[in-house]
Amino acid sequence: MRRGLSILLLIVVALGISLSLGEIPFGRPKTKVGRYYIDEGMKETGAVNIVTSVVVNYRGFDTLGEVTVLFIAAIGLGAVLTGGGEKKRKAEPASLVLYTGCRLLFPLILIFGAYVFVHGHLTPGGGFQGGAIIASGFLLIYLGCRERRISPVASSLAESLGGLVFVVIGLLGIVLGGYFLSNFLPKGTPNALVSAGVIPIIYIAVGFKVGSELASIIDNLIEES
Amino acid sequence: MILLVSFLVVAMLAAAIAASVFRDLLSAVIAAALVSLIASILFYLLQAPDVAMAEAAIGAALTAAIFIIAIRRTKRHEE
Repeated sequence: MRRGLSILLLIVVALGISLSLGEIPFGRPKTKVGRYYIDEGMKETGAVNIVTSVVVNYRGFDTLGEVTVLFIAAIGLGAVLTGGGEKKRKAEPASLVLYTGCRLLFPLILIFGAYVFVHGHLTPGGGFQGGAIIASGFLLIYLGCRERRISPVASSLAESLGGLVFVVIGLLGIVLGGYFLSNFLPKGTPNALVSAGVIPIIYIAVGFKVGSELASIIDNLIEES
Repeated sequence: MILLVSFLVVAMLAAAIAASVFRDLLSAVIAAALVSLIASILFYLLQAPDVAMAEAAIGAALTAAIFIIAIRRTKRHEE
């Protein structure tokens, strides 16, 4: 009885999905907005990377929402996990290969992450990607050099400053450009590092914010385990 | 090119099935990280490098690390 009912439900759902999606032509552009971004995005925002021009400029408010969601997740994790009080964990030291390798690789990973979010408007990548790369560098430090910890003050400072810069630039956009997150700085020449107005500033802020948030999530989890 | 992509897709499917079949949860997490890694290579081949970078860093590295930390606190083997 129950099995028959679930099979019936499955058939109904499959029919609904196939009937509603079957009408859409496959592989052809369905909306005009994507073509518009590809054609006009570089001219309007000054960013060579079209993905960045959509993420930070056309859909900048959504990006602010995403960053807020990540912020709340990190805060919630910290609030749940830091209840047990201080306990000093006796971690056995990592092997020499891991220790030396992580000390050698960590600065390079940091530089690569910073490169990715500073050049977000020119090359693939951006604030989220660069922040995630930096956080994976901190994960390597936690695996290899176990006695080291990031300072919570520096981490929360980077996090708050990143969020603050994003919101302040958005509000400045209202004052100077007429709407939230408007690109009020000059666009400059395409392909130059200092171009595309506020996009690099926002992406650097997002990079710091995402990197410190993900690193603090890892820090909280490892501290508790 | 088509050979490489089909090999990657087959490997990804195998890793996904392995992740759901393994009783040893640590092996299952490694297999799930492999799925993310191959997905990021496929994203790169499909000319979406932005997504590929995020997938490689978050999907393959950070998620696997969080799962491994959780396994260390709980049990390694599924009964």
